[in-house]
Amino acid sequence: MSLINIKINGKELQVEEGTTILQAAKKVGIEIPTLCYMNLHDLNIEHNPGGCRICVVEVEGRRNLAPSCVTKVWEGMSVKTHTMRVLNARRTVMELILSDHPFECLTCAKNGNCDLQKLAQDLGVREIHYQGEQSTYKEDKSPAIIRDMDKCIMCRRCETMCNDVQTCGVLSGINRGFTAVVAPAFEQDLIKSPCTFCGQCVAVCPTGALTERDYTNRVIRALADPTKTVIVQTAPAVRVALGEEFGLPAGTIVTGKMVAALRRLGFDKVYDTDFAADLTIMEEGTEFLDRLSRYLNGDKNVKLPILTSCCPGWVNFFEYNFPDMRDIPSTAKSPQQMFGAIAKTYLAEKLGVKRENLVVVSVMPCLAKKYEAEREEFRVDGNPDVDFSISTRELAHLIKQTIGDIKDLPDEDFDKLMGESTGAGVIFGNTGGVIEAACRTAYEIYTGKTLEKVEFHQLRGFESVRSAVVDFDGLKLNIGIAHGLGNARKLLECIRNGECEFHAIEIMACPGGCIGGGGQPLHHGNTEILKARAAAIYKEDEGKALRKSHENPEIIKLYEEFLGKPSSEKAHHLLHTKYFDKKKRIYIEK
Amino acid sequence: MSTVKMHLLVCGGTGCVSSYSPQVAESLIKELEAHGLQDECKVVKTGCFGFCEQGPIVKVIPDNTFYTKVAPEDAKEIIEEHIIKGRKVDRLLYTDPKKQEHVPDSKHMEFYKKQIRIALRNCGFIDPENIEEAIARDAYSALGKCLTELTPQEVIDIIKKSGLRGRGGGGFPTGIKWEIAAKNASDQKYVVCNADEGDPGAFMDRSVLEGDPHSVLEAMAICGYCIGANKGLIYIRAEYPLAIKRLKIAIKQAMEYGVLGDDIFGTGFSFHIELRYGAGAFVCGEETALIHSMEGQRGEPTVKPPFPAEAGYLGKPTNVNNVETFANVPPIILKGAEWFSSIGTERSKGTKVFALAGKINNVGLIEVPMGITLREVIFEIGGGIKNGKKFKAVQTGGPSGGCLTETHLDTPIDFDNLLAAGSMMGSGGMIVMDEDDCMVSIAKFFLEFTVEESCGKCSPCRIGNKRLYEILDKITQGKGTMEDLELLRNLSEVIKDTSLCGLGQSSPNPVLSTLTNFWDEYVEHVTEKKCRAGQCTALKKYIIDEEACVGCTACARACPVNAISGERKMPHNINQDICIKCGACYEKCKFNAIFIK
Repeated sequence: MSLINIKINGKELQVEEGTTILQAAKKVGIEIPTLCYMNLHDLNIEHNPGGCRICVVEVEGRRNLAPSCVTKVWEGMSVKTHTMRVLNARRTVMELILSDHPFECLTCAKNGNCDLQKLAQDLGVREIHYQGEQSTYKEDKSPAIIRDMDKCIMCRRCETMCNDVQTCGVLSGINRGFTAVVAPAFEQDLIKSPCTFCGQCVAVCPTGALTERDYTNRVIRALADPTKTVIVQTAPAVRVALGEEFGLPAGTIVTGKMVAALRRLGFDKVYDTDFAADLTIMEEGTEFLDRLSRYLNGDKNVKLPILTSCCPGWVNFFEYNFPDMRDIPSTAKSPQQMFGAIAKTYLAEKLGVKRENLVVVSVMPCLAKKYEAEREEFRVDGNPDVDFSISTRELAHLIKQTIGDIKDLPDEDFDKLMGESTGAGVIFGNTGGVIEAACRTAYEIYTGKTLEKVEFHQLRGFESVRSAVVDFDGLKLNIGIAHGLGNARKLLECIRNGECEFHAIEIMACPGGCIGGGGQPLHHGNTEILKARAAAIYKEDEGKALRKSHENPEIIKLYEEFLGKPSSEKAHHLLHTKYFDKKKRIYIEK
Repeated sequence: MSTVKMHLLVCGGTGCVSSYSPQVAESLIKELEAHGLQDECKVVKTGCFGFCEQGPIVKVIPDNTFYTKVAPEDAKEIIEEHIIKGRKVDRLLYTDPKKQEHVPDSKHMEFYKKQIRIALRNCGFIDPENIEEAIARDAYSALGKCLTELTPQEVIDIIKKSGLRGRGGGGFPTGIKWEIAAKNASDQKYVVCNADEGDPGAFMDRSVLEGDPHSVLEAMAICGYCIGANKGLIYIRAEYPLAIKRLKIAIKQAMEYGVLGDDIFGTGFSFHIELRYGAGAFVCGEETALIHSMEGQRGEPTVKPPFPAEAGYLGKPTNVNNVETFANVPPIILKGAEWFSSIGTERSKGTKVFALAGKINNVGLIEVPMGITLREVIFEIGGGIKNGKKFKAVQTGGPSGGCLTETHLDTPIDFDNLLAAGSMMGSGGMIVMDEDDCMVSIAKFFLEFTVEESCGKCSPCRIGNKRLYEILDKITQGKGTMEDLELLRNLSEVIKDTSLCGLGQSSPNPVLSTLTNFWDEYVEHVTEKKCRAGQCTALKKYIIDEEACVGCTACARACPVNAISGERKMPHNINQDICIKCGACYEKCKFNAIFIK
């Protein structure tokens, strides 16, 4: 790479060829405001359509202003980033954007956490000189995501996530000019599109155009109802991210304070989805070992690899995109649904509560979980196994509205019966975690030996598609891991074409796994936050006395008292599911 | 030996076709056959003559008699009088609007006198559906010369030396564009012809494609030879069915004749051309948007660089030129760079095709040398303003050009002068306005178009143009303030300064140029609530002249909103607060007692 000499605001500097003005300015501490621009460094996602025109700067010799996010430097370039011409342009463009944006900040889900709001502040916009018609679109309310396109500013970040990263191809620009907006094809509702509800679009939306479907009102009503017993389960990735909403550094583990907060909110019992994750390992691990041994014995009816099935975004993805391969994933339900199924049978009996009076709430880093909870197959006589799923962000809002903060709360423990978990359950939150947890248990069952070193470092990391070999006492198992649906697609196509051979594959829909889920506190493009969360997950695992799912005493008890053994008929009935060919369900409304 | 002594050229351009020129041709053939003259006199359906105002056109060769507004019923008279007896049909001859005299042939028509036809050389002359007629006029000889006598670099040097600049609007030197594409190494390159002509009222490219498709095909192959591409794509809007039909015929014939396809002239050079249809989005005339549209993506521009010459269609080096640019290439190769550069001004060489429209006598298509003045174009070629009205302004460069005034009439037309005057060459639209045109409404009209046609990708164009339109509308409604005029100017400048592509970078031109050149008219609208041209309905005032009113009550009964009051046989009165300016009273009054202020 050759070095290039440029000048920014009079400062001379050398940067590598191919650097943009924005990057170069950052090097010398000059901040140029941006809006549509997004760069998720470690995930190799750079979004710079040059559409918002907020980051424009003056380049000597150029007739018009240059968008700094996408204009590369050239030898001898002289740039001015904050001239009056530039400030006037930025402010005018901002006024234009605001003139076509509803003034609903007070009731907007993104109030206080909105890139547009913050930028308007930073640019000192106090008056909107250009008022006029505002564009309006129909609201689209799916079980997981709400699209309120009146608030869309056409930054197109969601499109990059949906098309380039996740390869779902649901969102794209439609219409022209003033009525241009991002929408599914033919302006259909999300529920009628192949949307997986992974929520990555929501995670990057700078405004309130894409938000999660908020279930906190329903939860509050349930908690206020004296006839209901309301219990809650919390996913592993929540405890390492919730603190961020209260100003704690990313990666702070707040498990105990979160439990305390949930108790204070009035939940009758506070349980752990990690318990259900351990249960998932028992079922999925057993299924894997069964398929593996039949495969090794030459049974031609058995297909490998086995694919994990805990991620509901991923399940939606293959139901839409790879329905022909839907017999490969494990039939084990996700931890959320396993928890719900056990809670409304085993636990209800233990607590002496009727199914219809037991309300199961889940706190998830995920939006697809909301959709999953509403699936028909996860209901008994219309009563869902999981009543409401709320995101990490929604829980934070709820706490802020009631308790205020979590920092001063004492550390408390989960309730008994479904609150005990092992480190294996915890690492479900990271990419590679489910398969590592499965290996810990499967190894011991398969080899009959004790696994001394529980960490499988070869399965960890941030690389988008990884493969590793795990040694089961001489039996070499090929493991594949992908996070992000675009990467999952690559891996699946590879399997379909018979180009790669794996025994087992873990797939998570979101970049980084659940810690980067669509329901997590917004990272605003800072991937250091994701890394800190991932590290915290492994730290939590290390701190656990028990680190293998099959050693969880509550799991052992559950099988003894209720399920019999893994993969028993009862276990199958409650803990396994089936998948559908949804390719045919994508239809166009006349 | 051919026994044909005379030709009847019937215009087969879209304009004349829509006024029944195919039926005219049919009738002429029938009449010739009825008189047994079919072997001596041939009817040829040609491309556009450019004189669209007066179509359908029939031209008689060799005497150049130019018949206008010919109807199928006129065929008998033309054949019997002119062809047989040698007497011209006077009533069908063109009448000069100034001298009020019939003009015997096209050589004496002011419309053609100052034109130099390079791009349009074959339009109105040959049958575009017959490759042999094109070949008889040297089609594909330039390609032959390039392939057999010149190296690609030599051809590029000729184009560079000729000074040819892009005719699509940008005015980028064509030779340099080709050179850049040639230098970018790749296993596959493409030549794209931009035939997505979208300016309202413009039909330069359509006429070339309808009248002389081979000139474009040949030039694309020459370009392919220069840059190292063996594939050409023509992006043409689906609303040009006749041009598409003729292109398809031309490509098929060229393939059959071996002047396109594999191993052309046995030189080993292959070139294939395909058509791609556009859905009629104006922005797809912008080259990056055009390429995305061809790829099946949303027709939206992307930031340049990378330029198409680096990464264009399917990421491969691509050279995009406009139809008219291509049409200039073969004559340059055949006649030489010096010949071409001898025409025009210092920095704008050759000719330019313009579509004359608006309040001008000779509406149509013209090709004139660069450097000609607006006065010559409007008052000589164009025959002056319709109905003897006073010239007010001319808008050049399509919907995002600027409005020029009387003071610019003697400016020589070229790329740089038009830019300096606050307008642009664009693709060659030229709309003439007279004293009855309100300049605020004109600006609003053009903005309405750009608002509609913005792709919506960048904020200043998407929202800014809409706001410009709204402010202009407010002014024409009589609700504008002086602050609005300041906002108009600031917003226009910011949109130009910050928009992503050429559309937004030029769309405020009609506003800025009218603000500069017709400031008084804006101020009148705002402060006096007056539209001097009487175009702004909301600013019209219908007033009853008390002296003339006899109190017949006809107006009051006609008023749909009961704005008129008055006793019978007493002068009536219009309540301006209620009046919706529908004009019903004005129409009804038999005593001329109602006037408009």
